[in-house]
Amino acid sequence: MFLNNNPQLNKNGELHHLLSIEGLPADILRQILDTAESFVGVTQREVKKVPLLRGQAIFNLFFEPSTRTRTTFEIAAKRLSADVINLAINVSSQSKGESVLDTVANLSAMQADMFIVRHAQSGAPYLIARHVSPDIHVINAGDGRHAHPTQGLLDVFTVRRYKKDFTQLRVAIVGDVLHSRVARSQIHALTTLGVPELRVIGPKTLLPSHVEDLGVHVYHDMAKGLKDVDVVMMLRLQNERMQGAFLPSPQEFFKSYGLTAEKLALAKPDAIVLHPGPMNRGVEIDSSVADGKQSVILPQVTFGIAIRMAVMSILAGN
Amino acid sequence: MTEQGLPSAETLLATLTAQMRAQVTPQTGLIGIVTGGAWLAERLHKALGIAVPVGTLDVSFYRDDFRDRGLKRKVAPSTIPFEVDGRDLILIDDVLNTGRTIRAAMNELFDYGRPASIRLAALVDRGGRELPIAAQFIGATLDIPSAQSIDLEQADGGGLRLVLQPVK
Amino acid sequence: MKIHIKNGRLIDPASGTDATQDVFIAAGKIVGIGGAPAGFTANRTLDATDLIVCPGLVDLSVRLREPGFEYMATLETEMSAAAAGGVTSLACPPDTDPPLDEPGLVEMLKFRARNLHESHVYPVGALTIGLKGTRLTEMAELTDAGCVAFSHADAPLTDNQMLLRALQYAATFDYPVWLRPQDAALARGGVAHDGQVATRLGLPAIPVTAETVALSTILLLTRETGARVHLCRLSSAEAVNMVREAKQRGLRISCDVGIHHAHLSEMDIGYFDPNCNLTPPLRSQRDRDALRGALADGTVDALCSDHTPVDDDAKQLPFGEAETGATGVELLLPLTLKWAEESKLPLVTGLARITADPARVLAVDGGRIAVGGTADVCVFDPARFWKVGPDTLKSQGKNTPFTGIELKGRVRYTLVEGQVVYEAA
Repeated sequence: MFLNNNPQLNKNGELHHLLSIEGLPADILRQILDTAESFVGVTQREVKKVPLLRGQAIFNLFFEPSTRTRTTFEIAAKRLSADVINLAINVSSQSKGESVLDTVANLSAMQADMFIVRHAQSGAPYLIARHVSPDIHVINAGDGRHAHPTQGLLDVFTVRRYKKDFTQLRVAIVGDVLHSRVARSQIHALTTLGVPELRVIGPKTLLPSHVEDLGVHVYHDMAKGLKDVDVVMMLRLQNERMQGAFLPSPQEFFKSYGLTAEKLALAKPDAIVLHPGPMNRGVEIDSSVADGKQSVILPQVTFGIAIRMAVMSILAGN
Repeated sequence: MTEQGLPSAETLLATLTAQMRAQVTPQTGLIGIVTGGAWLAERLHKALGIAVPVGTLDVSFYRDDFRDRGLKRKVAPSTIPFEVDGRDLILIDDVLNTGRTIRAAMNELFDYGRPASIRLAALVDRGGRELPIAAQFIGATLDIPSAQSIDLEQADGGGLRLVLQPVK
Repeated sequence: MKIHIKNGRLIDPASGTDATQDVFIAAGKIVGIGGAPAGFTANRTLDATDLIVCPGLVDLSVRLREPGFEYMATLETEMSAAAAGGVTSLACPPDTDPPLDEPGLVEMLKFRARNLHESHVYPVGALTIGLKGTRLTEMAELTDAGCVAFSHADAPLTDNQMLLRALQYAATFDYPVWLRPQDAALARGGVAHDGQVATRLGLPAIPVTAETVALSTILLLTRETGARVHLCRLSSAEAVNMVREAKQRGLRISCDVGIHHAHLSEMDIGYFDPNCNLTPPLRSQRDRDALRGALADGTVDALCSDHTPVDDDAKQLPFGEAETGATGVELLLPLTLKWAEESKLPLVTGLARITADPARVLAVDGGRIAVGGTADVCVFDPARFWKVGPDTLKSQGKNTPFTGIELKGRVRYTLVEGQVVYEAA
């Protein structure tokens, strides 16, 4: 019965926490993208740092390990001159008693200004956001299968850099949508920004049962799904899902859903290819495509820092 | 004079241009503070025949009132399309008041390099300084009641004018 | 003690009564309805003007949390919550720690409950030892100790041969078997209904087939063995259709639905409200509407609270880690009234699902107001609004999706065997 106000927005309708892209007005997404544009300029300077968040304490609260994501948030926070405290919370010590909320209460007492939360359970950042004091901001850095909003934002930022007008695009998201928080965030970001045709491509075992309700068209065949698309967004396939009940083998997945130059040729000639990393070459994507001229995978990483700087500075100012 | 009793922005710009003409070389870097200062910098750049391209600064990321006012809706990227190290620079703003914007601008400039010198040009100096900052080039010194703000506006044709409005 | 309940609107679904009639009680029994028996002098008169007098409620699933989970709730707190909810008979499932799988545990529970002099407690014994699904319990011994039925609660019973044997054995002695249909493998890892909301929120899903596949197995084995089976907590439209069909074909089964499932759907999870993490999961709005319809037409025999007090340490967690269940014994009456009113049903039909019908499932005396019968009575104010919250709930479990919601219908008096066990302040 929590159908009350969107917990991400304050009473002025401004972003207070970033928990999911779902439910955010297009205006707020554009504000984040525009602000990130300015930070791209900053990151290309000799001194890559601005004093905006000087004196603020930002806690990286990773209940699930991820060096990569944690590092990009850390770099972003440091470039805003914030103090960054990294906490890797061991899952086993969690089960020994201290609950998520105890951890958060302890950290709040240390005068935290912002929490960057990664958790294996969908919705965990909502629980934290509901219980922190009102001047603390929470950023979801990935929760279960639910959302990874900064990744979704950096993906649409990348698309906008190369493709300009969202309302003219045909976009395909390929692979394990069922378990992917990245896919859900990409879908919400792209539909909110007005992409008229969004496709998901994958085997039935890796697509959620009601995925059409998210506003996408479902394809099981790469040849049909990639036809004439402007953007191809590949998803990462977790090792533990490559063999077992979801898929018979990584080779067979690659045969049907791996992105090769041959399959990419079905998309528009100027189509771009994204991947949130880290890539499984030869499983989701062929090296010739990953390193090819249509790949924008490396720029994605650079833009990721600017996006996270933008989100942190907008939240801190609201 | 406008209907609000303000001097014409175009006249003040001409005054400023005259003051600056003898003090610049084609290698002087002009840097306008968005948005009003950037319009002025464009005009001065053309009028003074400066060779290096004009720079713009959006000081949003350097403001000292961020904690109270947050980030403004649309931050323009700063672009300094020339080497800052060792160059004589002139910062250009429309209205000089507390001096805090200029402080922020100088901090940002030093993140691009170490200039030989920085001077300041302002279309209007309305006093009220809170920092030890002074302009070398001033279009006019005006006494504006603190309840009012004075802003520069650009018409569609590019013409500039000053307007008074109550502080929000 | 002689009690006279005066000027109330008496509703007794068992006899179809709905009329303003006084009720007279003596020595724990109903001794008169309408007129007082000769020579009756009341020690106490309860004024029931503008109130409804009905049989004490019969709740088919109340977790008292003893033994084993006393940190979440105790017999004392939950029995007083039941009394405050107008519940005079309750069945408690065997999923305690240890489970109710030996006579000593059952006797102790009955003994402790009896000493509180509140509602009647009817333990449901474990069908297999430790609810592990490998060895049958001593059902005859447990029955002697006071078990009224045997169940596997929410513990998985994955071995169909074991299920077949358990039904055969129980059928031998006509012991009722209560089963919640859920295929453990199909439900594995899931925390929410496999629908729109789980898709959106990225919650691991439990498909409807987890319920219907298990239900179809149970129905086939029931037909095969002739066992007396009660199906607990149906959650889907498809499941009630299957039950309706099976009943039409003459199968001797009954079933119930939890109050949360009659009112809420997956949409109520909202932004990951852990109070809506329930067993079985809240399903689609279409499923909920089908449950409400099946309750109205009698396909579903009873509504129950499925009362599950959970403490904050176990509930204030990310959705998928939170313990399932909600407190509910005090909400059974108002939520039944709400369902009946919204379904435009006469009160006598609505109240049947929490009095006479579940009493029939339990096969115990109760759930009716009749001269000579036990004086288990609930007197409530049908127009009184109250706000659900930690302050208004007696149960130690404060976890409910209805927190902050105003509900209509509040108990004024609860009588068990002619004694007033609860009286609103």
